[in-house]
Amino acid sequence: MRVRRKLGRGVAVVGAGMSKFGMFKDADSKYLFAEAFNEMLSTVDKEIDPGDIDALYLGNFTNDFFIHQGHWGPIISDLIGLTPKPATRTEGACASSALAFREGVFAIASGFYDVVLVGGVEDMSKRSTEEVTQGLAMAASPYEVKAGFTFPGVFGAMATAYFAKYGASREHLMNVTIKSHNNARLNPKAQFNVSIRDIMNQRIERAKNKGEPIPAWRDEKEFLRDPRANPVVAWPMHLYDCCPISDGASCVLLVAEKIAKNFTDNPLYVVGIGQGSGKGLHAKEDLTYFEATRYAAQEAYELSGLKPEDVQIAEVHDCFSIAEIIHLEDLGFFEPGEGYKAVEEGLTRLDGPKPINTSGGLKCKGHPVGATGTGQLVEIWKQLRGEAGERQVPIKDLRIGAAQSLGGTGGTCTLTILERR
Amino acid sequence: MEGRPFNDISYERFLSEGKLMGSRCPKCGVLFVPPRSICIKCYGTEMEWVEMKGKGKLAAFTCIAIGPPFMIKEGYDRKHPYVSGVVELEEGVRVVARIEGVDGSKPETIKIGTPLQVEFLHRGEGENSTTFLAFRPS
Repeated sequence: MRVRRKLGRGVAVVGAGMSKFGMFKDADSKYLFAEAFNEMLSTVDKEIDPGDIDALYLGNFTNDFFIHQGHWGPIISDLIGLTPKPATRTEGACASSALAFREGVFAIASGFYDVVLVGGVEDMSKRSTEEVTQGLAMAASPYEVKAGFTFPGVFGAMATAYFAKYGASREHLMNVTIKSHNNARLNPKAQFNVSIRDIMNQRIERAKNKGEPIPAWRDEKEFLRDPRANPVVAWPMHLYDCCPISDGASCVLLVAEKIAKNFTDNPLYVVGIGQGSGKGLHAKEDLTYFEATRYAAQEAYELSGLKPEDVQIAEVHDCFSIAEIIHLEDLGFFEPGEGYKAVEEGLTRLDGPKPINTSGGLKCKGHPVGATGTGQLVEIWKQLRGEAGERQVPIKDLRIGAAQSLGGTGGTCTLTILERR
Repeated sequence: MEGRPFNDISYERFLSEGKLMGSRCPKCGVLFVPPRSICIKCYGTEMEWVEMKGKGKLAAFTCIAIGPPFMIKEGYDRKHPYVSGVVELEEGVRVVARIEGVDGSKPETIKIGTPLQVEFLHRGEGENSTTFLAFRPS
């Protein structure tokens, strides 16, 4: 496969913001997006007049059936005072706002607009787990749904195929979970900003207070092996392998490269974007990788002239622990079958040579599906600009970061690469 | 059989008749299960129906504790997980299906590569009837 792509003109990110992610009884889509938008405005170093925004692209997946309201483009446009400027909704399941970002880039690269707001929002927590599971399964293939597969089920099945092919086990998946929690502990916006060790201590404290038998977990893995603490969802996916149900919003401000310095002296440049589509589980050539991610990665690498080893940090779509391992391989960071070993060796830790999901990832930061794609880019924005606070990676001359999204069970995959110059 | 369109409706109807059917492109010989009306290899549109023998082996599986409402209605829950899997047929293609005759609460006893035989699970009556594709160890 050869792909030759180029952007008509350069595009830069000059602002990025997100709401806190979590389960909020009193916050709806509009409230959350307003929170993300306000934070984004505060990050534009030389300020932006919202009246200068030419258009909005908004990712959203579930609002039609979870809260029975569709057509979210103009609703959010009105919320933030952009009407009558155009608003376009993008839908690519869990990659919805990654698509919004890409469309925004194209709109500027074509020369049509100079300033575009891209983002996403999702309100999921007002439904039962069963309803959410069924709703999300709408993004799987109809054959998978009829065979009883849920989202965790599809990834669980891929995990069994991966284990059989490469000799990995459930124990290796636990390394991903422990790392994600350690990172999220340093992220105040994360839904679970606690380490596994913190959770163990809380449980022990609670047992003591209630006079119940005190759990005797020696380490995090023993906690994760305990079926009372970590029950099966879709074997081998257990509770702590799965991202939570979340509400949240995020957005990013894109401008033409030639005017980027009007907004900040420290913009990030969009150097690589890629998108691919994939087949249903039964038709995949191999059950241990995502063809769509590999395609998206190749497109983004070719556009940027960069190689996987040039990417210094990345946010990847860890909707389930096994997915993070597979993405590390599909993005070329590690060879096929080597991803789980890299995680075990600590190479992807915050202080490792290739920090992955410094935000805590979908697992711990939360996964309000439509908000996730641009939410990942908010983290890359913070890291590349040295504004990630306690979780700032200690890499010298940090310049290149990437974010990878996956929609459905691999139907829509994207890779975005940003550069600080 | 010859006149049926190569689509999901025909595929489902065949399942209800106890047949696992796919479509083959006579021009390049590629087999598709479930059927496709367009060959995605040579873009030929002259498909023919082929019945699968119904033998295969387990390529991947999962034991689902939190299922959709239609599975909960069948009595499956956190204490009684069901098994869904990917089955590689003798004919060289894969299908997704329910896996019967294995214990979803003991996943360590379920092995990839296990030989399987097709089974058709008929549920419901009249207009609400549907047939689920399933396999069990042979």
